Amino acid sequence: MTGIEVSFKAQVGGFALTTAFVAPSRGVTALFGHSGSGKTTLLRCVAGLQQAEGRLVVNGEVWQEGRWSMPVHRRPLGYVFQEASLFPHLSVRRNLEYGWRRLPAAERRVAFDEAVALLGVERLLSRAPSGLSGGERQRVAIARALLTSPRLLLMDEPLSALDERSKAEILPYLERLHDELAIPIFYVSHSLAEVARLADHIVWLEKGLLKAEGPALDLLTRVDLTLRAGEAEAVLEGVVARHEEADHLTVVETAWGEIWLQRIAHAPGHRVRVRLPARDVSLALEAERQSSILNAWPAVIESITATEPGRVLVQLRPAADPQGIPLIARITERSVRQLGLMPGRAVFARIKSVGLMN
Amino acid sequence: MAQFDWQPVWLTLQLAGTTTLLLLLVGTPFAWWLARTRSFWKQPVGAVVALPLVLPPTVLGFYLLLLLGPKGVVGEMTQALGLGLLPFTFWGLVVASVLYSMPFVVQPLQNAFEALGDRPIEVAATLRASPLDRFFTVAVPLARPGFLTATVLGFAHTVGEFGVVLMIGGNIPGETKVLSVAIYDYVESLEYDQAHILAAGMVGFSFLVLLTLHFTNRRLEVRQ
Repeated sequence: MTGIEVSFKAQVGGFALTTAFVAPSRGVTALFGHSGSGKTTLLRCVAGLQQAEGRLVVNGEVWQEGRWSMPVHRRPLGYVFQEASLFPHLSVRRNLEYGWRRLPAAERRVAFDEAVALLGVERLLSRAPSGLSGGERQRVAIARALLTSPRLLLMDEPLSALDERSKAEILPYLERLHDELAIPIFYVSHSLAEVARLADHIVWLEKGLLKAEGPALDLLTRVDLTLRAGEAEAVLEGVVARHEEADHLTVVETAWGEIWLQRIAHAPGHRVRVRLPARDVSLALEAERQSSILNAWPAVIESITATEPGRVLVQLRPAADPQGIPLIARITERSVRQLGLMPGRAVFARIKSVGLMN
Repeated sequence: MAQFDWQPVWLTLQLAGTTTLLLLLVGTPFAWWLARTRSFWKQPVGAVVALPLVLPPTVLGFYLLLLLGPKGVVGEMTQALGLGLLPFTFWGLVVASVLYSMPFVVQPLQNAFEALGDRPIEVAATLRASPLDRFFTVAVPLARPGFLTATVLGFAHTVGEFGVVLMIGGNIPGETKVLSVAIYDYVESLEYDQAHILAAGMVGFSFLVLLTLHFTNRRLEVRQ
């Protein structure tokens, strides 16, 4: 069986965690929630650092079953803690080698130089951890975890202890992990922006209970889960199709169709995520040829939810694909009445602005 | 001045060396357990280890004498094993010194292990290190200042003991007549010159020990 089957009941002090879900065997699963929601506890249960009752099966391999639990050091996992936690008595190179040396040569699937290059830590190898910046330390910690050739990489808010500059420095490396390695990642975060940028699957925790889980692009646009109606947005994944150099525009191919945005640096073929804020999506009954708006797609209204006085959030699906990734439009109740909008109605979604996710 | 008798000095160094070595071997796992356990027994056991800090040495020596003597539980055992009796022998002194100096080795180690916290050990576990492996490759190197303090204090304290030695060792030249007893002897027989050599030597030794400890610990802290 593929997938990561997680089911735990844990009691830590006065806090109780009860959760069960199956995460995909590839890509980034974000464990998302506010502080105190139990996401770090859940990650520690998966690692075996926290005693819990339950069941854990990682791509067919049983790590825990009832009261039996595989010891932490036998689990083929990598763990990146919130603070880099490098060993202060070892050089960067010896830190990186710590887990790598303990792996039988036949089980090493990540080459030393490969991990070092992937995280860009070549020039730090002979340094002592105390001389590194926060961002550098965290990159070494990630490389160190990768060098144990994990079959599941666990990351506990790896960016939260860093300042904005170091965050911006590490995010591209995390995206590379996601794109270049086939290792599933559990990524704990309380930042919706990070989750929207990195996650393929979301497990949403609240007060130790599972609130929702599902594919990221779907869950991010679920109106009932929107944290703040004014900031609701949809996230689409696409591939850079071409650049229209004369107009300084880039065309990205998405599930909804072509989308035009300000010229971006990525080369054609590059996978990108774009955000479509609900307040910048409006609805029309007809495709207007004469308009300054570049992006307009046929859609079907799925639901209309009143969220604040006089305003509603309208969830839309592509007209061509009722199961497609949804969009959200934030419009006035007056427009709903005047246009006679209701679920099932065919409309055109007109997108005023599109932003690249980063 | 007669030929100076160095034998008590060598005997003392031998006793302190043996005791410190044994204490590091026994005390390290013990301190590790005390630092990591959440067991109910942590406090009672910790208190027993610390007893020599507050007990008069003669009290400890008295009970050891009874325990190791011909009618004591341990004494009967050592006789049955063909080891003879321990009181008034070098090894009897070693046993007494190990118990007497125990807190001076166990407590610095326990403090050092507690200061590590769980994190480095957890990190090592996620990097495939078995419990013994993480102890030797992470806990021990990170607790190095604690080991240094424990070694120096254990050694120096054994060198300076008097009450326990007198109770369980007596005053047999070459076997149990250690430095502190020798000083006492010289003073008793009014040989102040001889007493001075040993006593002043002890003052110098103790001062050097503390100075070395201070500087080495500072250097270790700077490095980490």
